[in-house]
Amino acid sequence: MSPNAIAIENSQSERHPWTEVLHEWVTTVDHKRLGILYIGYALCFLLMAGSEALIIRIQLMRAHNDFVSPQVFNRMFTMHGTTMIFFVVMPVLFGFANYLVPLMIGARDMAFPRLNAFSFWLTALGGLLLYFSFLGGSGLYGAGNAPDVGWWAYAPLGAKAFSPGHSTDYWTVALLVSGFGSVGTAINIIATVFSMRCPGMHLGRMPLLVWLNLVMSGMVLLAITPLTAAQLMLLVDRYLGGHFFDTQAGGSATLWMHFFWIFGHPEVYVLVIPAFAFMSEIIPVFSRKPIFGYPVMVGATVAIGFVSMSVWAHHMFTIGMNSYANSFFAITTMAVGVPTGIKIFNWLGTMWGGRIQFKTPMLFAIGFLGQFLIAGLTGIIQACAPVDWQLSLSYFVVAHFHYVIVGGILFAIFAAFYFWYPKFTGRMLSERLGKWNFWLLFLGFHMTFDVMHIPGILGMPRRIYTYEPRPGWETLNLIVTIGAFIQAVAILVFVYNLVVSYWKGAKAGNDPWDAWTLEWSASSPPPAYNFAMIPVVASRRPLWDLKHPEDPDSRYE
Amino acid sequence: MSSLTIPITQAPQRWVLPDRGKVAMAGLIFAESAIFTIFVVAYLFYIGKSVTGPAPRDVLETPLLYTICLLSSSMTVHFASKSLERGRTGAFLGLWSLTFILGGLFLFGTAQEWHRLIYERGLTISTNLFGTTYYSLVGLHAFHVTAGLLMLLIVLIFSLSGRVSQRESGRIDVLAMYWHFVDAVWVVVFTVVYIVGR
Repeated sequence: MSPNAIAIENSQSERHPWTEVLHEWVTTVDHKRLGILYIGYALCFLLMAGSEALIIRIQLMRAHNDFVSPQVFNRMFTMHGTTMIFFVVMPVLFGFANYLVPLMIGARDMAFPRLNAFSFWLTALGGLLLYFSFLGGSGLYGAGNAPDVGWWAYAPLGAKAFSPGHSTDYWTVALLVSGFGSVGTAINIIATVFSMRCPGMHLGRMPLLVWLNLVMSGMVLLAITPLTAAQLMLLVDRYLGGHFFDTQAGGSATLWMHFFWIFGHPEVYVLVIPAFAFMSEIIPVFSRKPIFGYPVMVGATVAIGFVSMSVWAHHMFTIGMNSYANSFFAITTMAVGVPTGIKIFNWLGTMWGGRIQFKTPMLFAIGFLGQFLIAGLTGIIQACAPVDWQLSLSYFVVAHFHYVIVGGILFAIFAAFYFWYPKFTGRMLSERLGKWNFWLLFLGFHMTFDVMHIPGILGMPRRIYTYEPRPGWETLNLIVTIGAFIQAVAILVFVYNLVVSYWKGAKAGNDPWDAWTLEWSASSPPPAYNFAMIPVVASRRPLWDLKHPEDPDSRYE
Repeated sequence: MSSLTIPITQAPQRWVLPDRGKVAMAGLIFAESAIFTIFVVAYLFYIGKSVTGPAPRDVLETPLLYTICLLSSSMTVHFASKSLERGRTGAFLGLWSLTFILGGLFLFGTAQEWHRLIYERGLTISTNLFGTTYYSLVGLHAFHVTAGLLMLLIVLIFSLSGRVSQRESGRIDVLAMYWHFVDAVWVVVFTVVYIVGR
C-alpha cells in the first residue's frame, strides 16, 4: 500500500506493482489509454486473422490440396473476414480517433470518458465472443464450431436448419455487441467535436483528421445500425421462430442481402475515410506545405458520406434486379469516384512543388495513393453491371476489395503508426526497420493482389475449397501464396519494430516531424490532462503560427 | 517548444459550444432512427406476403386511447422541462409524474393488445410473417418506451427526494428529447401498422 501514497507527484518514474498497472489500464477512462487499448487489441486480432489468411492461402497453394478440411476452410474465410473488418480495422481506426481527436481540438478528454471506456469494453467483449465460438460453438447440439457462413451470412444459410448449433449465434451476437460499442464511440466523437473544441477552433479551422472522423462517425450511426437491426431479425428467426428470412413462409432472402449491404457498403467508407484522414495530416507535413484545397476536402468527404449511402446494391447485380435498379446503383457507384478523385488530386496538389521528405510515414502514404487509385479503378470496372455479372463472386472481387483494404487502408494505418508512434510513446520507430517493413509489404502486397486479379478473370470463384489444375491456375495461386507470406514477414518486422523501439528507439521530443497541429504541442506521451492550459487557436495550423510569429497563417485565412 | 499555449491571439470574446448531452442524444436518435427504418421497411415489404392467416385486417384493433395517452405525454414532458427551467419544481414534479403515468398507460395498452392477440386470436411471433414483423416492430418500440419509463422513474425518484432543481434542467431536456423521439416513432409505427398495413 505504501509505495503508492507518495507516487502521485512523480508517477512517471515510480515503479508500480503490475497488479496496480493492470488495474489502472482496466479501469481507465483516459482517451489516450483507451486509444492504445483499442490499437493493442486490434493488433492481437490482426495476428489471428492474418494466420487465418495464411491457412487459406496454404490450402489454395496448389490444386487438390488438402491442408485443411472443407469445413475448416469455410470457418477460416468467415473468421478472417469478420475479424479483419470488425475487430482489426475498426478498432485501430477508433483507437487513433480516440487518441488524436481530443488532442487535435485542444480538449482534455472526450465528451463522455466513461461511455468511451464502456464502448471499448463492449468491442472487446464482441471479439472475445467471436473467438469463444471455437470452443463453445457446438453448444448442446454438438454441431458446428466457429461460424462458417461467410462474413455476410446470406439467408437462408444463416437459418437454424442450415446452421445448427450456436456458431452463427456467436457471429450474430459478437457483431451486435461490437456494433453497440461502435455506435457509442461514434456518438462520443460527434459530441466531442461539436462541444469540446478549444477557443478559436471554429469548424473551419479543425484539422482535416477531425473533420473526417466526424463524417465517419456520422456514417457509423447510419451504417452500423442497419446491421444491428438485421442481426436482431436473424436472432428472432433463429430463437423465436420468426420468418423474416424464411422463404418457405413468404420471407425474402433478398431482403437480408439488402439489409446487409446497406450496412456493408457504407462500412467500406467508414473504414476508408479515417485512412483519408491520416493522409490529409501526413502528406502536408512531409511535403512541407499546407493541405491543398481544405474546404474542398471537407466538402468531398461529406459528399462521399452521402453518396456512399446509396450504392449498396452494386453488391447484388447478380441476383437479378430490374434494369432501373441496376442503372441507378451503377451510376451512384461511379459517382462516388468523383469526390474520391477530387481528394486524390488534392493530395497530389499538396505534394506538387513541396520539399518532399521520404520518411517511412510518407513512403506508406505514397504507396496508399497509387494503390488506392488502382483499387478505385477496378471498383469502377465492376460498377458496370454487365462486367460485374461476369466478375462477381470471382477472385477478381477478392483482389479488388483487398486492394482497397490492404493497399489503401492498411498502408494508411501503417503511415499513421510511423507518424504518431513518437507521440504515443515518446520514442521514434526505427527508420531502417520501417523501410524494410514498407518494401517487404509493398512487394508482398503486389505479388498477392495484383496477381489475384488474373485467376478471377479466368473464372476462379471465391470461397472454393480447392480447384482443378487448369492452365496457369496453379502457378498464379502459388505466387499469390508466396506474396501472402512475404506480407506476413513484413507484419512481423512491424511488430518487432513496435516492441523494440519502445525501449530502444531514439527519444522523440514533442514535435519530431516539425508538424503543425495541436497534438505536437503536448509532451510525448502527453500528460493525462493533455494541456496544462487550454490552447487558443487562430488558424488551421496553430503550431505554424507559434513557430513563425512573423508570418502566421491567421493573416491569410 | 515548452510553451503549451498559442500566444498569438486573444481568446475570442464569445465561445459558446452546444451542450454535449444534447449533441449526443441527437446522435443516438439518429442511430435509433436507422434501426427503426430497417424494421419499418421490413414491415412494409412483408405486408400481404404471409402465406397463412391471420391477416392484420382480421385481428388488429386501432389503439386510439393509448395513442392519445402517449402523444399527450410528449406535451406534459415538454411543459415539465419548461417549468423546471423556470425553477418551478412543484409543477415539474406534477407534470413529470403525469408523463410517467401516461407512458405507463401506453405500455399497459400494448400489453393488453398483445395478450388479446396471443390468447384470443392465436397470433404469435412465429405464426406467420405478419406476426413476426408486427411483434418485432411494435416490440422494439415498446422496448424503447420501457427504457424511457425507467429513466423517467429514476428522475421521478430523485425529484421526490428533492434532488432535482433548476440546475439539472439541461439534463432533463436531454431526457425529454428521448421521450419526444419515442413518441415520434410511435406516429410512424401507428401509421404503418394500423393504417397502411390494414
